Amino acid sequence: MSPRTGTGPRDRTASPGGGTARPLPARPRLPGWLVYRIQPLLAPRPGLRWLAGWLERSRTRYRLFTAAEKTVKQEIFGCRMCGQCALPVTGYACPMTCPKQLRNGPCGGVGSDGSCEVEPGLRCVWLIAYERAEAGGRVSDLQLLQRPVDHRGWGQSSWVSYWQGRDAGLWAAAGDGPGARPPLRAGTAGDGPGPR
Amino acid sequence: MTSLPSLRRRLESAGTVVTAEVGPPRGADPEVVRRKVTALRGWVDAVNITDGQNAHVRMSSWAGSLLALAAGVPPLMQLTCRDRNRIALQSDLLAAAALGIPGVVVMTGDHPRFGDHPEAKPVFDLDSVQLLWAARTMRDEGRLMSGQPLKPAPDWLIGAVENPFAPPTGFRAARLGKKVAAGAEFVQTQFVFDVPAFTRWLADVRDLGLDRRCKVLAGVGPVRSLRALEYLRRNVPGMSIPDEVSRRLRGVPADRVEQEGLALCAETIQQVLAIPGVSGVHVMAPGFEHGIPDILGRAGLLPAGVGRSGHAD
Repeated sequence: MSPRTGTGPRDRTASPGGGTARPLPARPRLPGWLVYRIQPLLAPRPGLRWLAGWLERSRTRYRLFTAAEKTVKQEIFGCRMCGQCALPVTGYACPMTCPKQLRNGPCGGVGSDGSCEVEPGLRCVWLIAYERAEAGGRVSDLQLLQRPVDHRGWGQSSWVSYWQGRDAGLWAAAGDGPGARPPLRAGTAGDGPGPR
Repeated sequence: MTSLPSLRRRLESAGTVVTAEVGPPRGADPEVVRRKVTALRGWVDAVNITDGQNAHVRMSSWAGSLLALAAGVPPLMQLTCRDRNRIALQSDLLAAAALGIPGVVVMTGDHPRFGDHPEAKPVFDLDSVQLLWAARTMRDEGRLMSGQPLKPAPDWLIGAVENPFAPPTGFRAARLGKKVAAGAEFVQTQFVFDVPAFTRWLADVRDLGLDRRCKVLAGVGPVRSLRALEYLRRNVPGMSIPDEVSRRLRGVPADRVEQEGLALCAETIQQVLAIPGVSGVHVMAPGFEHGIPDILGRAGLLPAGVGRSGHAD
């Protein structure tokens, strides 16, 4: 854990290594509507799938690309490089910047003024996510069940994984009524990727 | 597993369910748990045994649960995601089943920053929704998160917690919906002081049909001094205390505050039990467990067998 206590813009993002500096709730630097507009450009398609394969065939290319991805996403979203990006269904506010790294919504400790329980000077990142999703008509995204993080994925390129279709099971629709529970392990029957 | 069938029956019945919170001690004396639990025997259907409440070191919740079981009160073992990764969490869930603990209540847990070891490493490998999902998978599918089979599968009731009052309030019922979808069979809420806000949350819960799939136990507790009132207002995140509650407690002579607080708590119990969708109450009175029967008595919730009626029909 980092002993830093500052809350300036620089402190809002993780230092290299992702999991080592303490998470601090980050407000994205791009408005939600803009990112939702950009989103389709990154959707998997043959060209991007080919690019992902080409990057993965060389360690150097993969590392350079991952470093670039990290720079961009760290600057905009406070990305910590968990490697399993939930941003498309969290109003593009990063849940891994939550001090408890909650993937399924805000904890019960959010202050009445919207402040984070652990970092009282900062706004709860899940509240930011809710407000952005609501403005974009995407609140139903937040109802998806987010599967547990695979901690082997830290530091990997989530864009490459996304284009290769490997993180299609990161979340699942909650299902309605008893017996509709999606499987906890991705890739089992009844599973489907949510909207990206 | 003697207490499981009866606890499940209680929860599935239309009658009012009463649970109370019991914090294990900082120390190795089993008598503390026995004493607190024995005072509640007959008055409550189950006791929650807390898991390092407020991120402070206490006797572990499985051990406290075992002591409660021996004292004749069904325990609900609280389990937080703060201190254990998924290996330890699943191991403790199996331990609970092996010891005959009839129910577990899983939650994210307070951050260590505010506990007695602020320098500790926060784990949070899973969140509460994921842990509920894991528990339900273990019980109903007889499998670990890894997919490996469990023989035999554990058999406990699975509970969750929710704070209806913390922002974003418009999402709090949906958040309970995620917990129900993941596996929660009952939910215990944060302290209800703001009955109108609680009523609004319950309307959302009913609109989502969640009260039919998950029993809602309203969290209640007495404010016994003005100092406690200030503490709750200032230091407990996500706490909503309406001004009329403060005015009422401040409006009586200093030596009457405690009695007023107990009366207020009993009234709150009656008010929440009258709201459609509420199945019972969860009483939280840290350090004042022995006073819980008095509160329940004032609210008309007499010991089982002395004529507890089904308020929540």
